[in-house]
Amino acid sequence: MKPEMLVKEHYRTAVYQTPFHPRTSQLNVLNEWHRWKDYTIADAYFDEALEYAAIRNACAVFDLTPMTKHRITGPDALAFLNRLITRDIAKIKPGRVGYCVWCDDGGKVIDDGTVFHMRPGDYRLCSQERQLDWLTRSAYGFDVSIVEDTHDVCGVALQGPTSCAVLKGIGCSGVEKLSPFAIGWYPFAGGELMVSRTGYTGDLGYELWIDPERAVALWDALFCVGAAHGIRPMGTHALEVSRIEAGFIQAQVDFMPADQAIHQDRARSPFELDLGRLVDFSKPNFNGRRALLEEQKRGSRYRLVRLDIEGNKPARSAYIYDRKRTVVGTVTSAEWSPSAKANIALASLQMPWGLPDDELWAEIYYQRELKWSKVMARCRVVPGAFYDPPRRRATPAADF
Amino acid sequence: MGAANYDAIVVGAGHNGLTNAAYLARAGLKVLVLERNPWIGGAAVSREIEKGWIYSNCSYVCSLLRPEIFRDLELARHGLQIVPYGGGVSITSTGDILGNYTDHDVQRREFARHSPRDGDSYQRYSTDVMRQCKFIRPLLLRTPPDPTSLKPRDIREMLFLSKEFRKLGERVIYDTIRFYTMSIADFMNEYFESDLIKAHLSGSGIIGTALGVYSPGTAYVLLHHYMGDVDGSIGSWGFARGGMGSVSKALAAAFTAHGGEIVTDAPVDRVIVRHGKVSGVALTNGNEYHAKIVVSNLDPKRTFTKLFSEKDIGASFMKRARNFKIRGSSGKLNIALDGLPVFTALGENNPLRFGDMHFLDSLEKMEHAYDDWKSGTWSKEPYLDLLMPSMTDPTMTPTGKHWMSVFVQYVPAQIHGRDWTDADREAFKNTVLDQIARYSPNFKSLIRHVEVRTPREIENEVGLTEGNIFQGELTMDQLMFNRPFPGFAQYRGPVGGFYMCGSGTHPGGGVMAAPGANAAREILMDLRRPNPVPEGWRDD
Repeated sequence: MKPEMLVKEHYRTAVYQTPFHPRTSQLNVLNEWHRWKDYTIADAYFDEALEYAAIRNACAVFDLTPMTKHRITGPDALAFLNRLITRDIAKIKPGRVGYCVWCDDGGKVIDDGTVFHMRPGDYRLCSQERQLDWLTRSAYGFDVSIVEDTHDVCGVALQGPTSCAVLKGIGCSGVEKLSPFAIGWYPFAGGELMVSRTGYTGDLGYELWIDPERAVALWDALFCVGAAHGIRPMGTHALEVSRIEAGFIQAQVDFMPADQAIHQDRARSPFELDLGRLVDFSKPNFNGRRALLEEQKRGSRYRLVRLDIEGNKPARSAYIYDRKRTVVGTVTSAEWSPSAKANIALASLQMPWGLPDDELWAEIYYQRELKWSKVMARCRVVPGAFYDPPRRRATPAADF
Repeated sequence: MGAANYDAIVVGAGHNGLTNAAYLARAGLKVLVLERNPWIGGAAVSREIEKGWIYSNCSYVCSLLRPEIFRDLELARHGLQIVPYGGGVSITSTGDILGNYTDHDVQRREFARHSPRDGDSYQRYSTDVMRQCKFIRPLLLRTPPDPTSLKPRDIREMLFLSKEFRKLGERVIYDTIRFYTMSIADFMNEYFESDLIKAHLSGSGIIGTALGVYSPGTAYVLLHHYMGDVDGSIGSWGFARGGMGSVSKALAAAFTAHGGEIVTDAPVDRVIVRHGKVSGVALTNGNEYHAKIVVSNLDPKRTFTKLFSEKDIGASFMKRARNFKIRGSSGKLNIALDGLPVFTALGENNPLRFGDMHFLDSLEKMEHAYDDWKSGTWSKEPYLDLLMPSMTDPTMTPTGKHWMSVFVQYVPAQIHGRDWTDADREAFKNTVLDQIARYSPNFKSLIRHVEVRTPREIENEVGLTEGNIFQGELTMDQLMFNRPFPGFAQYRGPVGGFYMCGSGTHPGGGVMAAPGANAAREILMDLRRPNPVPEGWRDD
């Protein structure tokens, strides 16, 4: 915590500004903000459609400072993380990042996030939800230090086809050689800038991590060099469209964190979120292992699917029907995809539905000039991302 | 000479020819596209004329491309990306501006700066134009009914049309009938009092049209520019990433993915007609390709006066083809720049520069530009539609360099009744560059290369008669069941097995891909195959 958040009068400031605020507030001509944990973050800066377009055409910057971060170090850091997380953390070498989930003992997902193996034995865990309680409980018996450093490190996502060119321009020489999920360190303004080739857009992109004192300098360097590369700030709305196109899930939206779910049937296992690839039974024991083995044997209750839906009305919160007769699930995220030119959605369906040949329909309600209408739209289950440009993985990264 | 057999041959690899061919190939036909240029795309091309600079050297922006076709032919998977640009501004000779903003209240204030009443009229104007957009959009992917026919399908389509019409309500029906025939100036006078606002919004009513702002019929041309969308944002325009050639490239990829074949450098000399039916085409080099179906992507006038022998077609039909209204009224400059020009009225970093820029003051001034065209020369104060796509699209020029697309209205196909000379072309270029330089002092010093395209170049290279960008004017006598000719609006020609799929057919030009798709539906219907073309998405 920042010291000022822990004084008696902390209530006088309910919502804080990130270290980038001097710049983001200048750029937010729409004055549209929302709350993300302790901070205020832009919904949109000047035009959602153009901010989104920058992600897919040039590059866009998102302030992700409020992301929950924990520093995990100590002799047992690896052993601890392997107990916490369902995938094999030993395979994440220094200088690499891994996407992962962690479960409660019942095998239900508490949160998803990214593990950064920075220097050997020095890890950072980034997540949507706060985790200190669960991490500490899971660390019992391990020689490990867990520190929440959410407020000590700030970050921006720089996403889009020209993002690599911009980073080269601010002095990250050789950054184009970083492969997806690799980390690089570069001297910056008398300090160190950590760059990871990660993101939430499914495009070429990076996340930049810096200490708060250098935040404004980083922002200015990006926008100074980026001017010739079409850089724009982006708010949460633009990011949301791109993350659904990428097929990524979000806690509290596409799944209920298991430790917050009051009704047990609301939580989901990794298998039920189409994340079975992140569960490795061949590694030592981990939280939820026994329950997940059991689930593998008995079968899952739900299936997360990606749907391509006919027509152009986003199927937000729609019921999904089997052959227009029985409700078999609900849509959790839906958008019109400008890049895939498709009407896309993530949905949670009851088993056994969600196979490619199922005849699924979405019941979509939409409003035009205060009048509500309903359409039943045919859904097609699609594998993987809705939009997956080759530049996302190309190494060395291209300039545009 | 060798001969090869196909189910269908499409003459011309423009975007409609490729769309048509893609649908036919997807339906299982063996399809050949013949293109006379060494490259494909017709007027939707990306050309590297100056090394390192890629120009969309004909059509330059995208909005009308039917999203249903975009999705159905999986053009995104084939690499097509449309990027909205936002912005846009008119600059006056006194240094004032009128900008385009997507935020409704900001736009209202921008209008109110010029006339407080017009700030509020803007709401009424937008609603009325949107009503017309919503009326016309469902008609774009439908074949126009023949009002003289009693065939069940024509009757059904007439009923559909009249039902849509009735839905507008009595007052709007009257407005609609007036709208389709009135001038853009009269239309603006119903809403606004500021000369600048009227002129600013009227630009869309004359682009590509050999009519002035006071000429009846220009109000519809405005609608034609407003009825498109970028991802549902109606009236928005964008760039095809990599230039307009990306549209053609993606369509060609969709076509070849279904087994289609494209031959370039293959100018068609004539359509072979036997016993009143087509049997194939002959190239200028004598090669023949045979098929029972031949589809022309060329404009109607060129199609019938160049590809057919007079003997094969009725005299009155040929007269119609010769008289088809396809007048040259515009030209284009593509300019490579070594940096970003500064426009004095905008200052630096003004976001309006991302969009279309114009230099204008009033409707009168725009009409004077038309007066020059009528008297047989290019406008001495032309209406420009100027964009710098490289500000948005990083793929078109080296970083820090730019290119400028300058559409110029009015430019006649002939100068005082004679052909264009190189000297005319140079003088025309200077007229345009001088106008821009008056608003941007550093503009001329940044110029690295200029490609000048008068109607002469556009006709010779692209094949559009007189360089008309719409393959024929968008006036009521040439729209809907009148396009291209009354009685021939359902994509079938006057000879068995012959079809038309270019922008000269319904619903017209603007890189919509709708004519190509609609023609494919008719061809496949004649072959008793199911309709492959998606219906337009309803949005009411």
